[in-house]
Amino acid sequence: MTDTVEAMMARDTVKDPNTGDVAIQNYTINFGPQHPAAHGVLRLVLELDGEIVERVDPHVGLLHRGTEKLIEYKTYTQALPYFDRFDYCSPMAMEHSYVLAVEKLLDLEVPIRAQYLRTFFAELTRIKNHMLNLGSHVMDVGAMTPNLWLFELREDCMNFYERASGARMHANWFRVGGVRQDVPLKLLTDIADWLDTRLPRLFEDAISLVAENRIFKQRNVDIAIVNREDAMRWGFSGPMIRAAGIPWDIRRSQPYDAYDRVEFDIPVGTRGDCYDRFMVRVEEVRQSARIMKQCLQQMPEGPVKSLDNKVVPPSRGAMKQSMEALIHHFKHFTEGFHVPEGEVYVATESPKGEFGVYLVSDGSNKPYRCKVRPTAFSHLQAMDFMSKGHMLADTTAILGAMDIVFGECDR
Amino acid sequence: MKAPAPRYASNEGVIDAAQAAFGDLIVEAKDAVGEVSLTVRRERLVDVMVALRDTPGLEYQMLMEIAGADYPQRAERFDIVYHLLSLTRNHRIRVRVMTDEEQPVPSVTEIWPVAGWLEREVYDLYGVLFDGNMDLRRILTDYGFQGHPLRKDFPMTGYVEMRYSEEAKRVVYEPVSLAQDFRNFDFMSPWEGAAYVLPGDEKVTGAGPGDTPQGKPAPTPSAPPPPPVPEAKGAPTPVTADDVVKAGDAASKTVEPQAKRIKTMEGPQDSGVGQNEPGNLPEQKPKDPDIMPSKHEGQNQ
Repeated sequence: MTDTVEAMMARDTVKDPNTGDVAIQNYTINFGPQHPAAHGVLRLVLELDGEIVERVDPHVGLLHRGTEKLIEYKTYTQALPYFDRFDYCSPMAMEHSYVLAVEKLLDLEVPIRAQYLRTFFAELTRIKNHMLNLGSHVMDVGAMTPNLWLFELREDCMNFYERASGARMHANWFRVGGVRQDVPLKLLTDIADWLDTRLPRLFEDAISLVAENRIFKQRNVDIAIVNREDAMRWGFSGPMIRAAGIPWDIRRSQPYDAYDRVEFDIPVGTRGDCYDRFMVRVEEVRQSARIMKQCLQQMPEGPVKSLDNKVVPPSRGAMKQSMEALIHHFKHFTEGFHVPEGEVYVATESPKGEFGVYLVSDGSNKPYRCKVRPTAFSHLQAMDFMSKGHMLADTTAILGAMDIVFGECDR
Repeated sequence: MKAPAPRYASNEGVIDAAQAAFGDLIVEAKDAVGEVSLTVRRERLVDVMVALRDTPGLEYQMLMEIAGADYPQRAERFDIVYHLLSLTRNHRIRVRVMTDEEQPVPSVTEIWPVAGWLEREVYDLYGVLFDGNMDLRRILTDYGFQGHPLRKDFPMTGYVEMRYSEEAKRVVYEPVSLAQDFRNFDFMSPWEGAAYVLPGDEKVTGAGPGDTPQGKPAPTPSAPPPPPVPEAKGAPTPVTADDVVKAGDAASKTVEPQAKRIKTMEGPQDSGVGQNEPGNLPEQKPKDPDIMPSKHEGQNQ
């Protein structure tokens, strides 16, 4: 120690005016797995040069539950609730991909009202998801109030979920061939009221606090710019690819259910930074409300489940009166239905991006293989090149703008 | 297609375009369930992918997904399935290669960096090796995990379980112990070619000429049942159900249904959802919620 001090003292005396920089090593820190800004159980190993991020190595898999393995041991109906648990912030959007995949294998026709109901609730789910993400994003960069206001709206969405399906989060309401049961008229009128009054008021209030806010812009504008080429090479989807300037939306380009019968706009970013990602989501909420209103206008009366009793269980009343229905009911809840041999990859526009299901059937009543394409995988992987050269505090903004949920990432 | 699944551009001509671009590398090309699948030669996978990305008329710019699948009965048991997306042509295609535990698949990380994690995942869950992936670590399973859990011969319950040990003051791993055996029912009908032997079926094999499938000599045709004889008191009546009804109510032929309508819980009309409970109706509620009304004069009033 004394040697070092003497050496430094001696250096002061020589003519070299430099303060005597010592070569410092890069500094490696752990971010998470228990960190409020990690949005779950993300562990980031960050290599820092001072406060500048040099390298990011995300460690995922801390929430791996082996869902894909479990699904191989469940019938097609029993596998459905697992999809709620993937992205637990937007459960019905996860179910949507799966039921569409099974319906594609079965080539099953779905009644129009069911298609509208699924579109309607998928958009409600988008609002629900964005309320959480926008709120937590602004909280990650330091603002508290909008999060609390947006959570009010998220709570409303949860209540609507509960009135439709009986569960606040894990709805398990979509079914192969339609939806579980019809919604009461009062629920639809209440949601319509909410779309006209409460949603715009609270949402625009909350966004007006941050959208033009100087601090919020300083934390987000020009942070983690991703150009179009990188967005394509890294497999971006959803708001991430749209913020990069590519107007790609599966709802528009590959319409499913009732999306080809409603009008909506696709917001696109200009710079591809965190602020663009935020604002793309903000505009998506408005467009979702627009889609929901059109669904309410166009939704016809009629059955909400396919009439094919080989796939859809008969109604409770029919079961008590008809022997045929009783047999169908029994077979459905013990053996389940058999799906023809084949393989499909069905991807829908979940609130976070392209959520795909690669389903292989061997003709039995259980999926032979059910691979889920999580949106978070490609986005989180890009964290390394997006964070490079930014400050440590920017990683939370980057992470918040990615919208990652680990139930889906880790499966 | 009747199903409301996502509808993208037509598959027409895609296989022809692929045949023209790299026909010698295609093992099998098919268009099933509205989706185009190409099986290609594993060792030339990178060439195929570059051609799929760059050939005009194919233009699959994005790699969306790499999925593994295990078919243990095959010699090359693993399928590695790549899903590509064309933004310009609005089309999806599936490319498949086959491999086993030892032969590596060429990595496509040079073409699409997103493949890095996707290949890591396939390696983690299936044990497939990727040649050229610089960072082939496990990704989803636990640190220090052994085995490849999505292989079909890996048990669903796994081999180890972990708990927090109060004695060791840390998390310990132990062999998995199940209170009840894991039961996996298949639903193959034994009459429609189930591929297993039920208990007792083994007696059928090697049956002698006089044996029936049940393994016993065929019973002689049974004699006609003996005529009903008067039996002891308390014995089952020989009368059929029809006779009983006729004897009981000769007068009332019409039977009142027990309920007007079958009782179900289909909707709010049965379950009463959304209706106030009796006693909780608005007019029964106290005017001032702070004062509880009582029948007798109380302190509150």
